[in-house]
Order: sequence, then C-alpha cells, then structure tokens
Amino acid sequence: MSKWYRENAPITADQLSDELMRLKRGSVTRRHFLGVTGLGLATAVLARQPGLFNSTAFAGDLGTQMSIATWPNYHDPATFEAFQAATGVAVEVNVFGSNEEMLAKLQAGGTGWDLFVPTNYTISTYVKLGLIDELDLSKVPNYDASTETARFTNEGVVDGKTYAVPKNWGTTGIALNSAKIKKPVTSWKDFFEIAMTEADGRAMVHDYQLTTIGNALVSLGYSFNSIKPEELAKAEELLIRVKPHLYAINSDYQPSMRATDAWMTMCWTNDGAQLNRDMPEIQFVLGKDGGEIWSDFYAIPKSAANKAAGYALLNYLMTPENAVKEHIANGAPTTDSRVMKLLPAEVTSNKIVYPDEASLTPLEFGAAVTLTDPGRAELMARFKSA
Amino acid sequence: MTAATNTKRNLVTAALVAPAAAWLMIFLVLPFIAMLVFAFGERAPEGGYQAAFTFAQFANLPTRAAAFWNTLILAPIGALACLLIAYPVAYYLAVKANPRYRLILVSLVVVPFWTSLLVRTYAWMYILGSRGIPNLLSMIGIEDVRMLNTPGAVLLGIVYGYLPLMIMPVYVSLEKLDRRLLEASADLGAKPVSTFFGVTLPLSLPGVMTGVALVTILLLGEYLIPQLLGGGKVFFIGNALVDLFLQSRNWPFGSAIAVTLVAVVVVVLMVAMRIAFRVAGTRQVDLV
Repeated sequence: MSKWYRENAPITADQLSDELMRLKRGSVTRRHFLGVTGLGLATAVLARQPGLFNSTAFAGDLGTQMSIATWPNYHDPATFEAFQAATGVAVEVNVFGSNEEMLAKLQAGGTGWDLFVPTNYTISTYVKLGLIDELDLSKVPNYDASTETARFTNEGVVDGKTYAVPKNWGTTGIALNSAKIKKPVTSWKDFFEIAMTEADGRAMVHDYQLTTIGNALVSLGYSFNSIKPEELAKAEELLIRVKPHLYAINSDYQPSMRATDAWMTMCWTNDGAQLNRDMPEIQFVLGKDGGEIWSDFYAIPKSAANKAAGYALLNYLMTPENAVKEHIANGAPTTDSRVMKLLPAEVTSNKIVYPDEASLTPLEFGAAVTLTDPGRAELMARFKSA
Repeated sequence: MTAATNTKRNLVTAALVAPAAAWLMIFLVLPFIAMLVFAFGERAPEGGYQAAFTFAQFANLPTRAAAFWNTLILAPIGALACLLIAYPVAYYLAVKANPRYRLILVSLVVVPFWTSLLVRTYAWMYILGSRGIPNLLSMIGIEDVRMLNTPGAVLLGIVYGYLPLMIMPVYVSLEKLDRRLLEASADLGAKPVSTFFGVTLPLSLPGVMTGVALVTILLLGEYLIPQLLGGGKVFFIGNALVDLFLQSRNWPFGSAIAVTLVAVVVVVLMVAMRIAFRVAGTRQVDLV
C-alpha cells in the first residue's frame, strides 16, 4: 500500500479538528494553534507570494469606504485619517447618544455600519437577536486576549465565543463647575439635591435610560440596575420632581458645560477628562453611593456590507501603537496592558482616568435586562414627555 | 364626440395621473397602512413589533397628554406669531416695494433655505446660550437671564424657521390684489386704515389661511427645534415619536401616536380649508 499524501501533512485531519476545538474552548493560545497545525507557517509562506495575500491585493479587497457607529468625542480624528492613508478606506463616523438608539437602528436594518461600539451590557442581547457576528479572531491578529483585563472584557464572550473585543473602560460620574457650585458634591444623592437648589436650572442628565434612571435609583439607595416596579416608581417620582429644575436632558453635555450654560452634569470618564483638561475648574467625581462602571467594545454587525474593512479597522485599532493615540485623545482608560505601558505618566497618574480602586467598589456594571426592560424604557419616555 | 377620442382622452388622463398616484400609493398609503396595523399590535420583548390585536396602545395615549398639549398649544401660537411678523413684510413686498427691486427682495426671503435648518437652529443655541445675548445683558447689569431651553426659545426658533413659509402665500395673495379696488375705496372716502381692514385684509385672507394651515401642520410634526432649543425639556409629540422608535423601541405605541397625530392634522386641515373657502367665496359674491 502506497503512502497516502495526507500522512506527510504536518497534522492529521482529526488532530486539526481537536486542536481547533481546544483553541475555541480557549485551552490553548492562538500561537500554539498556529504553531502545532502548521497554519502559521503556511500563512507566513503564502503571505510572501505576490498577488495572494500581500498588502496591495488585500487593500484592494477593502473597497474605498466603510462606516462606524460610535459615541460623541470618542476617537482621535487623526486615527481615521491615518487608516485611510494606510488602506485607502475612508471611514464615515456616526455618533449616538444611547445604546438603545444603536439597537433600534440595527433592529430596523439597513444601517450600513461595518463596525460599531456597543457597551458591555448590550452584547448578550445583540447575540440573542442574531444582530452581530462571532468575530473571526484570525483577522484581528493584533488583538491579544492575554493582555486584556478580564473584568472589563468578559462580556464580549458569549457561550465561549468572542463576539466583541474591548475598546476601553470607564465610569459614569458627576462633572461639576467648582467656580459656580460651592457645596461639596460626593454622591448621587447630593447631585439631585443640588440640582434643585444651588444648581437650579443648571444641571443636566443624560438622554439615556441606563444612567439617568440608574443614578436616580442609586441616590435613593437602590441598585443601579433595578427593574423592580416599586423602586422604579420612586425613581420616576424623583426624576419628575427634578425635571423643572434641570437645564437639559441631553447626552451631549460638553458644549453646555464649556459655555457654562450648565454647571453640573452626569458625565462619562472620557468627557470628564477632556473637560477637566481644558477647564480645570470642572471637576469629575464618582458617587460614593454608587453608579456605573462600564466597558465599551468593538463588534461587527451581521448586516455589515464591508466586513473586510470592518476587520481591517478593528485590527488597526487593536494595534497598541494606534490605540494609545486614541486613549490620549479621548481620555478613557485602557483595558489592554500593552497600551498601558505606552501611555505617558501624566495620563496614567490622572485620577479622573485611573481612579483609586476603592472608589470603584460601589460602582455596578449595567445589566443586560435594563436594555430591553419595558418598564425602564417607558419610565424614561414618560419622564421626558412629562 | 366619438368613443375613440373619449378613450384617448382617458388614456392621457391616466398617464398624467399615474406617476403621482404611484408615488402617493408607495410612499404614503402603504406606509400608513403598515402604521395602522402596527398600532393595534404589541411591543416585542426585545423591542419592535409583534402581531396582536389590541387597543392597549390607544388606551395608553393619555400618558403622552403633555406632549400633545405642548404641540397643540405651541403650533397655533407659533403660526400666529409667524403671521403677525409675516403680514407686514408681505404687504411691503407686494404693495409698497419698488417693483424694480421686488424680485430681489422676495428672493432674500427664500435665501435662508439654502442653509440647513439644523445649522441655523444650532446658531440660535449659541446666540441664546450664556455667552450670547445673556452675556450682553449682564454687561448692562441684567444678570442671570436664562434664554436657552425655555418655551420662549422654542417659539423664537419656530418663528425664525417658519417665517418664509408664511410670507410667501400672504405675498402671493396680496400681489394679486387689484389696485383699482384700493383707489375705489379711497375715492369713496375710506381712510387708509378702513381700506386696509375693509378691502386689503379680507382679500388676502385665503393666503393667510393657507400660510397658517401650512405652518401649523408642519409644526405639529416638529422635532428638531424643541430638541435643540428646548433642551429635551420642551417636548413635542414629534419628540415623543422619536423616543418611542429610537429609545424604547415601542413601535406599536409609536404607530398609535402617529395615527392619532395624522387624525389631528386632518381635522385641522379640514377646518382651515372650510374657513378659507367660506371667506374667499363670500367675498367673490360681494364683489360681483
């Protein structure tokens, strides 16, 4: 019997599928997988073949345009320019005020997004509704799960499959203009009290159910994520009492804070860092009674038209040298230890960006149920139309 | 008339009507039917629509009473404020302005439409914000004036944004005015004021009614101006709709509100048209 050609292969078919399963389960690293299967070598050899996988041919496959959905003041515009210079793909940026709005657009279909930035608590719902792809991590070689902080990244993995990789983490705290507000604000209880007194007509809440309802709940001593009708009723009562005293209900609060139209607002870490950098009188504090800690992810919609470009941009953003520029520009803390090493000391020592661990203890991650709970959605809509 | 010419005439009519009819069918009637079906359905657990037959959405309408009320108050007030400012402008353009410059002046009214309403409304955010007019007022000793995010700011934005839509119909009806009627009125001893109220104003009423109906109907669906100049606090029914579709993803309730809004618009339109026709009709009889 002559020797069958497969016996000369570096690995048998059965062994290959075993190794693949081990890789999927996460019991071996991708490096081990590529090494033992010979696929790494094969890719390396093929990559040198002109016209096969080399960069010019690859760039041609990416098309000339792609679209990303993300948050306000969240990227360094230079990043997208550099990406376009490297690949020829122009990036159209869409910004949103809430995860609910992103979900609504994806549910309705026809978004045209090739990459988007959902927050931790939404990913399981996107998976359940079949709106996002499991990521093909072989197309994101610059991502390294082993250098990520698991606490911020675990919600990107559903049933052992990676659907999203982390962008950065952060908190939702209180930004206040200390030149205007003299009383100390250290909790969400203080926030709502001062919004009705010293900062009457000058405080802002987000146009976003998770944080506006969540922080109202926290100020009353309940969980940030509560969906209990009696607790929500108490929060609604508080919000409707506060509403006539508010300056605005809007998630894009930077312009109002900078113009000193507003003196105090619910505020995400990155906005707090940006405001404080430009106007030192604007301080950023975390509620000692609680609030939100979050991480944002990159995911690829199932409906993406240009997935190749989506993966290319994702891989570009996962490169520590590129990611570090984003973090310096937007002021949000990183989940990746490789990026952390590259950050300048004035960023890593900034207490707004990297607060003491103790101040994070009372904070809660948003829970998936708040995204779809009709009680919270309807409460927010009633509060706004009251 | 032969049967052949009759058929030909019908075919021509059909060909002329077809594009508009198809357009209205595809982009107005069919979506409206979809909305009507949704309005009797239920919100799916993760948001969106799931089939059902229930009146629950309509029963829930009172929870948006404040938004309906804001809209039904501010839309007519906005339209009347537009009219009070637009009428003198239209009168000047049609009656007093030098005919040689009339075309230029009329086009100046339309020029703002070359820039998006979004951008122009954003400009008002800065004019009314702390560093705008309130800052100037504080220089002469008037401190702490809040202008942005108030009903007054929304009303100002409405008048600013919709003024051209009011000026044009009033201008057209005044321009058609037969000058000999004004001369006759003067010859018969009427003072300018009574000529205006006895002749000019009644003859321009169809234009006034068209303008008021046009502006009111557009305002009933307004979303942008209350959002930007009302800070999400002055809430119109249009804002409630955006919230229901984009935040709480309650399509059935959103559809029920939209259907109700359409019903309100139809009633407003019918009343306005009836008044306009009656006024125009009686005046014609008087003149003959």
